[in-house]
Amino acid sequence: MLTYILHRIGGLCIVIFVSLHMLASFLANQAWGTTAGIFINTIYENWLFQIFIFFCALFHVINGLRIVILDLWPKLIEFQREAIWIEWFVFLPIYGIALYAIIRSGLGG
Amino acid sequence: MKTPVRTAPQRGFNFDYLMWLFTRLSALAMYLFAIVGIIAALLMSARQNMTIADLMRWAFMPNPNHVINTNIPDIEAWKGIFWQVMGILMLFFAGSHGIHGLLNVLEDYISRTRIRNILRILGLLVWVLMSAVGIYVILTS
Repeated sequence: MLTYILHRIGGLCIVIFVSLHMLASFLANQAWGTTAGIFINTIYENWLFQIFIFFCALFHVINGLRIVILDLWPKLIEFQREAIWIEWFVFLPIYGIALYAIIRSGLGG
Repeated sequence: MKTPVRTAPQRGFNFDYLMWLFTRLSALAMYLFAIVGIIAALLMSARQNMTIADLMRWAFMPNPNHVINTNIPDIEAWKGIFWQVMGILMLFFAGSHGIHGLLNVLEDYISRTRIRNILRILGLLVWVLMSAVGIYVILTS
């Protein structure tokens, strides 16, 4: 249930983030929209926001792979409990390393 | 107030099933593009010059703007027609996957058929519009 909720919330956040990020890049290219585009991109380049969006994206990606595997090979549904454990064991180190890189460059090290 | 009625999804080979399948297959396709992006980035000296977060940004969308702020000395190899095509393909799969997912979530909370149909048309419009914006950004960056 937790993975289901996080998958939905993460997916929605990615859709909103990617749409606004594309619009901002589009605006930053136009003479009349440079200020707005750069303003929105400054929010996204902030390392605090990066921590949030990396969680959404990475969790959605890794949980999505579990869903694809279990849906396309339905016999594996017997092991869904183990699959969720494996998923967390894959997600946490990858997110942890990314978090380390983001925070280190965020604090200017 | 009358309880709104809606038909239950049908089993078998229909549009809902096709979109269900497309969601899974587009996820696999995006995995493929991300893996190609990561391998190519590592061949283009990402290991010495990029953090893992930069590498992931590039894997999610192979756009030269994601490389400018890294230590990569020369980003000429990170531009060009190959990466533009990869970016547009990624945009197509991610956009359709995302809009379909958004509609899926919304329709879980909306029971009136009329509003659902309006939302589907709106979703299609947003998808076309954002794809145009995205392709413009990819081709001009």
